[in-house]
Amino acid sequence: MPSSAPEAPPEEQMVQLLTAEGTFQPSASAEAYLPYVEKLADEDHQRFYRDMVVVRRFDSEAANLQRNGQLALWPPSSGQEAAQVGSGHAAKPQDHIFPSYREHAVAMIRGVDLLRLIEMMRGNSHGGWNPSEHGNFHLYSVVIGTQTLHATGYAMAMQLDGATNTANPDTDEAVLVYFGDGASSQGDVSEALVFAASYQSPQVFFLQNNHWAISVPVTRQSRTPLYRRADGFGMPGVRVDGNDVLASYAVTAKLLDDARAGQGPALVEALTYRVGAHTTSDDPSKYRTASELESWIARDPIARMRTWLEGRGASAAFFAGVEDEAADFAADIRRRTVALGPPPTAKMFDHVYAEPHPMMAEQSAWLSAYEASFVSGE
Amino acid sequence: MSETTVLPMARALNAGLRQALIDDPKVLLMGEDIGPLGGVFRVTEGLQAEFGDLRVRDTPLAESGIVGTAIGMAMRGYRPVIEIQFDGFIFPAFDQITTQLAKMRNRHEGQMTMPIVIRVPYGGHIGAIEHHQESPEAYFAHTPGLRLVSPSTPNDAYWMIQEAIRSNDPVLFFEPKSRYWPKGEVNFESSAAGLHQARVVQTGDDVTVVGHGAMVSVLLQAAKVAATEGTSIEVIDLRSLSPIDYGPILASVQKTGRLVVAQEAPGSVSIGSEIAATVAERAFYALQAPVLRVSGFDVPFPPAKLETLYLPDADRILEAVDRSLAY
Ligand SMILES: Cc1ncc(C[n+]2csc(CCOP(=O)(O)OP(=O)(O)O)c2C)c(N)n1
Ligand SMILES: [Mg+2]
Repeated sequence: MPSSAPEAPPEEQMVQLLTAEGTFQPSASAEAYLPYVEKLADEDHQRFYRDMVVVRRFDSEAANLQRNGQLALWPPSSGQEAAQVGSGHAAKPQDHIFPSYREHAVAMIRGVDLLRLIEMMRGNSHGGWNPSEHGNFHLYSVVIGTQTLHATGYAMAMQLDGATNTANPDTDEAVLVYFGDGASSQGDVSEALVFAASYQSPQVFFLQNNHWAISVPVTRQSRTPLYRRADGFGMPGVRVDGNDVLASYAVTAKLLDDARAGQGPALVEALTYRVGAHTTSDDPSKYRTASELESWIARDPIARMRTWLEGRGASAAFFAGVEDEAADFAADIRRRTVALGPPPTAKMFDHVYAEPHPMMAEQSAWLSAYEASFVSGE
Repeated sequence: MSETTVLPMARALNAGLRQALIDDPKVLLMGEDIGPLGGVFRVTEGLQAEFGDLRVRDTPLAESGIVGTAIGMAMRGYRPVIEIQFDGFIFPAFDQITTQLAKMRNRHEGQMTMPIVIRVPYGGHIGAIEHHQESPEAYFAHTPGLRLVSPSTPNDAYWMIQEAIRSNDPVLFFEPKSRYWPKGEVNFESSAAGLHQARVVQTGDDVTVVGHGAMVSVLLQAAKVAATEGTSIEVIDLRSLSPIDYGPILASVQKTGRLVVAQEAPGSVSIGSEIAATVAERAFYALQAPVLRVSGFDVPFPPAKLETLYLPDADRILEAVDRSLAY
């Protein structure tokens, strides 16, 4: 049993700006990232808060829709809002984002209609959006770790295009790729880190260590704190408090800028916690303790941001407005979810190949005729 | 320069890849040892020197990584051509090929193309150690979203590699290693057939035999021997394994009433099985004998000293032809 794995983070190594109590108190390791947080205005802080609240409300609405039989499955993001909202806002419009399957907040930030995620989890699509028309936010990837290689190839192609490292941070491109603590054990992730380091591709690997891969604790995946693996691949590794939206933002923004400036890839390990179930099919009470859960709820990312914003004078009206906005957002999703019809049959055949294919033609024609035979002949 | 030149397949592939690199700046070659060495079979010889190490890339030694990063590059408009060093080493990339590459366009509902070619030197007859002589086509032919082709001649190799690179779908390109060195005429002016067309390479009246890659030369050898015994064999080169071009096969079976399907791969759940089933469905009344498969045995590829017993040769083809005729 790897139960004695050295998981406890040496505090001085974790980048933190906002304490769990909501006090702005940068850790020693936060120094390099402070310029990024200093550039943020009140509206940015409020936007971060708003996004976290809206996506949490959306997430619980989606889980409810699943319980109502509207969705096949839902993977909740509750508890991970700061890691996702901070890093999502750190990416620039020209950047490309390769998510895993839980990055609902990042999808929202990049302008993806979250109904697209609902459609996937309902069984209406496998994704189906064009990333270049949706904030360069790529499709969810269900086979754990696979997207880290696509992201790396994409970043290598940015280099070939001369779209990065031209000394223009406003247009130079980079890639941000998400994966989990469980995914860190996948061969593909290792290979992605090898390729990225080898070609010095412009990208940030953003590992959300939410401490669980379904029912298996992170201690089963690694005896080394995960950010330290970066060293072995030859890139910087940073551990950040993933429940601190400001730190998640600042660390990711700096490393993305470093990457777009030709300094190569980096690995971020965001320490956070999956407060909800793995998915709506899961039962966390079978493998983790209530006290562990409580200890993480005490480090809630939204509560600490709210305390901090209140201390800076944000009004009660602001918070009430955000609550209303979140409620409207969720209601809109519910309304549009229940109105979804079945996908068109053609979806099955039309997009398998780019070029004409005899089996697609034959089988789709056969199915149409078969279906028609019931309508006409009873 | 004359229109045709006599070249071994390895050089014809080299010429085809070179032409593709000239024609389209988005074409890239990726693989293990394909740069200064020119690949373990020298198919990419000289290409890195000519096109530079950004377009002809020696990658880290990781097949899933090669295919996975090629997918990312294709997402941005590149047309990567991957060399898998040997047939038996494609499996580390099996997941990226089957769950990602094959499904990527469909997952995007047509809003993403995956113009990736994966070159796979495959098959036996080279006396090599384990994992170096296999025929893994069926695994990939079973996967919707992929196309599979296999040239049998230098001329086809030259043209088919370029057509595969121009395809907007992922193509697995199975190169019969034992045919890398025998020479054949290459016509640089025009190709003989489309990428997914089967071709009747020898007409005959009594029995149809079909195969692909290195098997085609074995079939032609068998046909020659059969002719001396008064049996007229029609030989069809499949060229495309997915989709299979059934037109010429069915037309031939209408004529001969007998079909033998040959391949180096194990016979169970194989390309040959699929052809046998389809011909039984579509040409039942034309058949005068059951479709027979001649294949590798359903065992792991044996140590090389046994490979001539494992791999179908002209005699094994003729044995099946005789059985078909005796029906
Ligand atoms: C290759 C593969 N194996 C198994 C699964 C089933 N599965 C889905 S999520 C998951 C756990 C992933 O854990 P982690 O990477 O930590 O991400 P998290 O779910 O915590 O966000 C598993 C085992 C899968 N989707 N893909
Ligand atoms: Mg996890």
